Amino acid sequence: MSSDKKYVPSSPTAKWVEDRLPLMGLIYSSLGSGFSAPRNLNYMWNFGVLAGFMLVVQIVTGIVLAMHYIPHIDFAFDSVQHIRRDVNYGWLLQAIHANGASMFFMVVYVHILRGFYFGSYKSPREILWFLGIIIYLIMMATGFMGYVLPWGQMSFWGAKVITNLFSAFDFIPFIGDGIVEWLWGGFAVGQPTLNRFYSLHYLLPFVLVGVVILHIWALHIPGSTNPLGIDADGPYDKIPFHPYYTAKDAFGLGVFVIFFSIFVFYMPDFLGHPDNYIKADPLVTPAHIVPEWYYLPFYAILRAIPDKLLGVVAMFSSILILFAMPWLDGARVRSMRFRPLSQFFFWIFVVNTLFLGYLGQLSPDDILGFGWTALTYAQISTFLYFAHFLLVMPLVSRMETTKPVPISIAAAVLDANKKG
Amino acid sequence: MTTNNDVAEERRNFLYIATGAAGVIAAGAAVWPLINQMNPSKDVLALSSIEVNLTNIPEGQSAVFLWRGNPIFVRHRTASEIAEAQAADNADDLIDPEVDADRVQRPEWLVMSGVCTHLGCVPLDQQGDFGGWFCPCHGSHYDISGRIRKGPAPLNLPIVEYVFLDNTTIRIG
Repeated sequence: MSSDKKYVPSSPTAKWVEDRLPLMGLIYSSLGSGFSAPRNLNYMWNFGVLAGFMLVVQIVTGIVLAMHYIPHIDFAFDSVQHIRRDVNYGWLLQAIHANGASMFFMVVYVHILRGFYFGSYKSPREILWFLGIIIYLIMMATGFMGYVLPWGQMSFWGAKVITNLFSAFDFIPFIGDGIVEWLWGGFAVGQPTLNRFYSLHYLLPFVLVGVVILHIWALHIPGSTNPLGIDADGPYDKIPFHPYYTAKDAFGLGVFVIFFSIFVFYMPDFLGHPDNYIKADPLVTPAHIVPEWYYLPFYAILRAIPDKLLGVVAMFSSILILFAMPWLDGARVRSMRFRPLSQFFFWIFVVNTLFLGYLGQLSPDDILGFGWTALTYAQISTFLYFAHFLLVMPLVSRMETTKPVPISIAAAVLDANKKG
Repeated sequence: MTTNNDVAEERRNFLYIATGAAGVIAAGAAVWPLINQMNPSKDVLALSSIEVNLTNIPEGQSAVFLWRGNPIFVRHRTASEIAEAQAADNADDLIDPEVDADRVQRPEWLVMSGVCTHLGCVPLDQQGDFGGWFCPCHGSHYDISGRIRKGPAPLNLPIVEYVFLDNTTIRIG
């Protein structure tokens, strides 16, 4: 990117600092005018910044909540109520943090699907993609442990079910037998479990910050991809990140914060589960255990397989399979704008995954259309989920005749302007 | 033919490997306390036991007790339930085959863990297709002997250690 401008300190003081610690230069060349991005990025490219924003929001509100929360089985539930009722602005901070988790997952899902659609995982961005999957996995662990902290019924039983997933690996010699008790620190989910989850829930977001920095670093090697999926070559294909994309991101952020605020101020408990306003009781399982909405598709996959070990393996595989995407997809063209058949299957995949999420919050015995149970539908949907990666993607990407790709971003953009 | 150089190189390789091996052992020794601290602590391990008075449990009903953080089911079975449990000893759909006689000390008292062997929920009493327990989380059906008959759970509800202190009292643990 020889067209990128270099940071020039504007004052002797700035120059003095820059010579000793080139921090301003780093910011300038990674998020300022010194970093240029393809000129045709659309609003789908806002979601990375939104995810970064949510990470900061969660860390800031989380640190403050930790000043009032008590990680003890006898006091945790009450301390959350204390935060909501008594602590100054506690109602606001708790609502932002609890709903913030949902918002974080929502923008990350859009961000991931943007990557699916525009081929962001394809060469030369494989490691960037891997780092993204690692971020997502850490997010899932963090979100799960955070949900346990209020110590309501869903917290407790969710913790029990998810930690029990690891008992499926009891066939592994030496570690298999005691792995769940090791996770619990006892014979059941209890005080040691809550205490360690609190410790890790506080730690992991900072690990996330580290991986996010690697993610951005890896992004800045080839630069952003773009809706056309062709490489940005000349200076005509790019514009400086600041002010063009800082402005575009700021606008998107404004819209997003309004959306976020609707939840925080008008329906702070909408995404929560009523059972989690009942204090944890180890003797009573709620009639219907469901995870938070952002885990539902994977929960449906877990339940779809009638064998415990295979169910757990399928659930983990459904995410780990993303690591293979750069090779499962053999197309030479990145963007699905020029791959109509792949685009069709992409939307099938999205609808199927949403349907899995819908099935995840039903009871497996619920009867749906054609008199089939939710379990039967979940099995069909799980098959379609994996078929997308293992059959459709490898075959369609290699056999499909793609539409002609423009010779350059500048040509495509200027052409569209002429027509408009 | 060995030269001084070869000897020096051999010595150097040996030192590399020896240092590396010592480093790995030291790292392992340093990491082990960090891992092992997560295992159940001494006070948790200290064996606890509870005594259950059976006179409070009428025939045909169950009671639930908390032992080591987990529910224990104690069911006072009726004669027809015992017959039903024994009749199913050779049923084809037993996922984890076990005869009823091996699961009880006295056939009218079934004492077992109340933790579903699938993912740890507490099954509901007198529900499901086999008149025993039904786990609402993922749909595992247990029969009146606590054996898994249908659903994702791989094992029967485990029998816990208990002794009859007299005809009306048992000690669990």
